[in-house]
Amino acid sequence: MDYDQARYSRDDQYEPLLAEKNATRVEIDEEDSPLPDELTRDAVELPDLSEPELARHYTRLSQMNWGVESGPYPLGSCTMKYNPSFTEDVAADPNAAVHPDRSARSVQGSLELLYDLQDYLARIGGMDAVTLQPPAGAAGEFAGILVAKAYHEANGNDRSEVVIPASAHGTNFASAAMAGYDVVELPSDEDGRVDVDALEAALSEDTAALMLTNPNTVGLFERDIVDIAEMVHDVGGLLYYDGANLNALLGRGRPGDMGFDIMHYNVHKTFATPHGGGGPGAGPVGVVEELAPYLPSPRVRERGGNYELFDPEESIGKVHGYQGNWLVLVKAYAYIARLGDEGLADSSAKAVLNANYLASQLDYEVPYEPFHHEFAATAGDRDAADVAKRMLDYGVHPPTTKWPEFVPEAMLTEPTEVENRDSLDDLAHAFNAAMADSDEELANAPSKTTARRIDQVSAAREPRLSWRALDADGE
Amino acid sequence: MTRGSPYAPHTDAETAAMLDAVGADDEESLFDIPEDVRFDGEFGIEARGERELRTELSDTFARNRRLTEFLGRGHHGHYVPSLVDDISRRSEFLTSYTQYQPEITQGFLQVLFEYQSMLVELTGLPVANCSMYDAATALAEAARLSNRVRRVSGTRVLVPETLHAGKRSVLDNYVSGTALTVETYPMDDGNVDVDALAERVDQNTSMVYAENPTVRGAIEERLSEIGDIADDANTLFCLGTDIVALGLLEEPASVGADVVVGEADALGMPTSYGMGLGLFATREEFLRQVPGRLVGAGEDAGGRRAYTLTLQTREQHIRKERATSNICTNQAWVALRTAMHVASLGPDGLVDLAKRCVTDAESLAAELSDLNGVQAPVHDRHHFREFVAHTDQPAEAIASDLEKEGFAVHVVGEHELQVCVTDLNASKTDELVAAFEEVL
Ligand SMILES: Cc1ncc(COP(=O)(O)O)c(C=O)c1O
Repeated sequence: MDYDQARYSRDDQYEPLLAEKNATRVEIDEEDSPLPDELTRDAVELPDLSEPELARHYTRLSQMNWGVESGPYPLGSCTMKYNPSFTEDVAADPNAAVHPDRSARSVQGSLELLYDLQDYLARIGGMDAVTLQPPAGAAGEFAGILVAKAYHEANGNDRSEVVIPASAHGTNFASAAMAGYDVVELPSDEDGRVDVDALEAALSEDTAALMLTNPNTVGLFERDIVDIAEMVHDVGGLLYYDGANLNALLGRGRPGDMGFDIMHYNVHKTFATPHGGGGPGAGPVGVVEELAPYLPSPRVRERGGNYELFDPEESIGKVHGYQGNWLVLVKAYAYIARLGDEGLADSSAKAVLNANYLASQLDYEVPYEPFHHEFAATAGDRDAADVAKRMLDYGVHPPTTKWPEFVPEAMLTEPTEVENRDSLDDLAHAFNAAMADSDEELANAPSKTTARRIDQVSAAREPRLSWRALDADGE
Repeated sequence: MTRGSPYAPHTDAETAAMLDAVGADDEESLFDIPEDVRFDGEFGIEARGERELRTELSDTFARNRRLTEFLGRGHHGHYVPSLVDDISRRSEFLTSYTQYQPEITQGFLQVLFEYQSMLVELTGLPVANCSMYDAATALAEAARLSNRVRRVSGTRVLVPETLHAGKRSVLDNYVSGTALTVETYPMDDGNVDVDALAERVDQNTSMVYAENPTVRGAIEERLSEIGDIADDANTLFCLGTDIVALGLLEEPASVGADVVVGEADALGMPTSYGMGLGLFATREEFLRQVPGRLVGAGEDAGGRRAYTLTLQTREQHIRKERATSNICTNQAWVALRTAMHVASLGPDGLVDLAKRCVTDAESLAAELSDLNGVQAPVHDRHHFREFVAHTDQPAEAIASDLEKEGFAVHVVGEHELQVCVTDLNASKTDELVAAFEEVL
């Protein structure tokens, strides 16, 4: 695929900043202020542009950006699916734009949707009870670990450790630490799976939980999951499922059936809500019956045909000021309902087929098999980050690079089900062509994107984080 | 109805050819899931067509009663210009993700850089991140920051007794894994009881949190004194506010705020059942302790200014359990919408909108107070957007009668209602007053 990204530039910058186009300082005078002078600021200085100018500014910026609708976006672990357009329209329904402090009786429609989504997610994960409150996967992890902590405390068990495989996502470690736990890092087995002996050694009466994702970060199913669950439960610990990789399992395996006690769903991954340039997402948490009393409050239930909010008896309280990312939840509901059983199962089938097909077309070693919806190719003696930069010149977004760390020069690739064979072939071409290019070509890449290679090290050395900082720098 | 996912484009022939290429007999054989944990059942979720679903959900949401909301207390709706809806939906923005490859995502990075820049202008503080989930988690992250910075050694976090229950609960959870404890200080006629606060703040205090406007809508009159009290005790002063209030009320930096948190989505988003955008700004001194993503300006190989995520060694994907926060996916697209709304207003528009928040609240309070059985505002203060009204009759009954008349207000005490007016409902205040008359 031949490709050049839009590039608006002027002298030593691309599209000028809003404030560089025009900014005005408006003084706040006591005469025409409704407040006494000492309660107001002196002035406000902001960009001052007309609507046509703004429309053009933001349209240009959008053209200098890459989304799933621009082309393949195979970021491993991120599940960059197509985001169905109609879900935006559904979420924009003015009747759904209500304030969170409305009485339950006046928002029965919204509560019904939340209730049904709780139910859908419980079925999909094989869980007994679900909260929709956490606003992202990491927030779900934090909520889930707090649930585990509350459960242990209620049972008179002060446990101090959470066990996490070395290959896990950074949020797992950070979430466990935020909840006050010591993190015990579990080395990976040589095939990237949990090393059962190492796990045996790591587990103890101090273990509050083991956090796992399945398939793991290189797409391998934890075949020993039943034994692992038993080991964790034997020491009185709980098993936590990181739902980032659920797109591999829909209709073929449910965390609840594997012995997981707590899980989060990553709806911006599995259920196709748009990633929005970094968010918002949603990270609902499902638990087994025994843990339901500890879930965040409020949850939604049905009583005699009416929906109401209630606080679970032993609730941990809240992880979001209100009920989480409402608009995202609406889109997730719409997506799940659009697909139904067969569509969901087909998503996983095609996601796994696409990953396998793509890997089969690559001139790269893929050290860990059999993978599912994603795989870690290795760039071998090339620098994975350089190869990725070169891939940009072939009209695709590259995979996640250099993660997980146990794979040398990893290129963690997750094409998702939305690519057809032709676009997978384009993607394979980008992988292979970049690998065949010379070191010099790699070092000079990218050249077809808006910006050339960006020097991240010097940007971090002297951080300039606002147009004020640029001004001060004489720019 | 199609079988399978309408968003997986494979024809049968294509699927067969791909299976052939990987040497598999069928799709199922690609799954390496042991029998004992294989799920062969059904979820029982019936697929619907797009048109069907739009009808279904529009019927569902029609079961929400159409009330005119005079609601606020931390979640505020203002009119959002069409430009924001229109352009924020462009798929290059909406369907992209975190800018791990900055060369191909300059557009979004620049938007986030501009968002940060606007917050820097409005708060007067030099560092703003490009989003927390909401005001509650932003406050909680501020408390955690106070526990990490060297300047502060204490463990007590002081918050107003009136702190919103949702914020309080989130804060309690976020500090539960630290040595921090949360305590309240009293309020005095809707403002901080500064003397009582001064008595409570000591060297063992990690952070003092105050709000402007307060959750009950009052404008805080002695912010600088609160800043001084915190400063004298080597304690962080965290100020909670919102993006519209920043357009008129005292500049946080000028009253000594070390961290500014709050809701930024009062601009850019419709009322969304509490979905938020946590703003977070702080001093240069704490740069390396900031939670969440930061966009910085750098240079590309062609010598042009370019933007990139920066100082990532603070973050979970590098620092793991020692990261400043666990946040990864954030509210970037909401930040985009908020920045677009701020840009649409411009400085005059923002200042005017903020002034109306004062005058509209003032006149509605006066009108309500003219009614028998209502005194408003309860606090002898200036107000921003909202105020508390005392009702002679039980507030709960009045609110429920008002709801029957088509209006929603907050019940905040046995005889206290809270009423919030913005540009969305300002044209309905006469009707609200009439409804009050009806139900009193
Ligand atoms: C494996 C894994 N776990 C957890 C997360 C965290 O989820 P979120 O970004 O929604 O907070 C991610 C992704 O970002 C992930 O890939």
